[in-house]
Amino acid sequence: MPFSLDHQELLREIIVDNYQHPRNFGEVNDDSYVTIHMDSASCIDDIYIQVKMVSDKIEDVKWHGTGCAISMASTSIMSELILGAKKEDALNIMKEFNKMMAGEDFDEEVLGDAICFINVNRQPSRITCANISWRGLQKAFLEEEKKEHV
Amino acid sequence: MRLDPYLLRKDFPMYSKHDSSFEGKPLVYLDNCATSFKPQCVIDACNHYYEDITANTRRGDYSLAHQADKAYDEARATVAKFLNAKDSKEIVFTSGDTFGMNMAAYGLLPLLKEGDEILLSPSEHASNVLPWFEVAKLSKAKITYVELDEENRITLENYQKALTSKTKIVSLASVGNVLGYAIDVKKFVSLAHEVGALYIDDAAQSVAHKKSDVQDSDVDILVFSGHKMLGPTGIGTLYGKMSVLEKMKPLFYGGEMNARFKRDGYLTLDDIPERFEAGTQNVAGALGLAKACEYLSSIGFDAIEEHEAMLRKRAIEGLKKNGNAIIYNENSDTGIVTFNIKDVFAQDVATYLSSKGVFVRSGQHCAKILPEYLKTQGTVRASFYIYNTIEDVDTFIAACATAEDFLDAFFS
Ligand SMILES: Cc1ncc(COP(=O)(O)O)c(C=O)c1O
Repeated sequence: MPFSLDHQELLREIIVDNYQHPRNFGEVNDDSYVTIHMDSASCIDDIYIQVKMVSDKIEDVKWHGTGCAISMASTSIMSELILGAKKEDALNIMKEFNKMMAGEDFDEEVLGDAICFINVNRQPSRITCANISWRGLQKAFLEEEKKEHV
Repeated sequence: MRLDPYLLRKDFPMYSKHDSSFEGKPLVYLDNCATSFKPQCVIDACNHYYEDITANTRRGDYSLAHQADKAYDEARATVAKFLNAKDSKEIVFTSGDTFGMNMAAYGLLPLLKEGDEILLSPSEHASNVLPWFEVAKLSKAKITYVELDEENRITLENYQKALTSKTKIVSLASVGNVLGYAIDVKKFVSLAHEVGALYIDDAAQSVAHKKSDVQDSDVDILVFSGHKMLGPTGIGTLYGKMSVLEKMKPLFYGGEMNARFKRDGYLTLDDIPERFEAGTQNVAGALGLAKACEYLSSIGFDAIEEHEAMLRKRAIEGLKKNGNAIIYNENSDTGIVTFNIKDVFAQDVATYLSSKGVFVRSGQHCAKILPEYLKTQGTVRASFYIYNTIEDVDTFIAACATAEDFLDAFFS
């Protein structure tokens, strides 16, 4: 049995812990960071993600704002997973995460604590909460690319 | 007479076709402010157009088209009667409340000038705020607000303070969609008229729950959607006093709203209300809406109000007994209960309730100025209607009691 199915309580704890003690939480005022604001008309989540890239490496990640338990925990966990990672590795984690959301086979190894969201698709309306951070990261990469081209 | 929700459920396929359940659990639908279920008679009325009398209205010389015209005119007359309008020409069909509010705001734009005031409240829905923001920008008129009291109600006293000789338009929801407070429309209208302002009633949340009488209240414009009052989606009404409609400029231009036009730009408009109904209309929707008006009238608004008040009282008592809720509108006037569970984010509560088959809304409910006053980002809203039962309330309360375990929605 995969680890994820056997450890429901543990997975739940990961969400609660990251919700109550968000990692890399804070705001920086520094132009070398790309800042992405994730909010929408339909939900109350209001989360800012700040990423500093140095060549193709994620040198630093900070985030702040408010949201539901799922979106806050997701952003906290993502920030830990990608801090110091190469862009292509972060994109790979994102790919596996999206597969998990879609209910497809995925590589549990690369997801780390993000495995705690394995059941989110039981409540399909909440997938957008669980992937808000990843959607934000994708936007940050696009912004960064634009910056490189000017 | 008392209303019997169990009997009424037989009329609603959302219950009768599915044994009152959804995904294997009893269906506890408490998001009636967002939209209501539809009785079979409304669905049949729409289908009647598609199955029996399909033809475009107001342009065919053949008898089939005449039948469609007749049905559409009768629908207009039925809505007029429902609102107690003087003349069915005062009924303009729209695609819904949002459309109606835009039609009103842009329609009245030519009457506004720099320095005029448009009076709103901080609890208004986006659809009764944003069209006015745009119109204020174009006319250089100013948006002003009635302050809310400590219960976040619009009081007569604060309203009087906010009305000035510069107020040209007052636009308020007769029942607010977040807290469900009702205002004394008739009194508010008479005060607006004293300063020479036009009064617009956003009746999206009141038509389904309270008797509307436009002659008695003397509102200048009243706007609502069909889908919140048992009618179809995509249809609504703008009622306007004839003298006001005569001053309004159409928002949309095209077929069936003009009388004549020439290559040099010469244009004469069609009569009222046709000049406000450009293009092919939602005839099926209009027939469904008219049927919904008849259905509601047959139940009677006294019975509806009594039923909603009973459910709401039970819900408030239950939430208080649970002890973990913050209630924002304990003394509300309609079947809306707005609350939070202590230390749980509103959306997490809604998902948890959903996992128990209880469907409520969470968020800001499109009234994005109000959270400043409620001192919370979002709330959970349960809204009751005619087909909700005591059992619905009890299931809802039982689910709220354990909402701290909201992650159970994903685990267990
Ligand atoms: C008070 C109020 N006004 C306007 C609207 C907009 O109605 P619609 O979305 O049907 O256009 C709503 C709907 O939620 C409402 O509650």
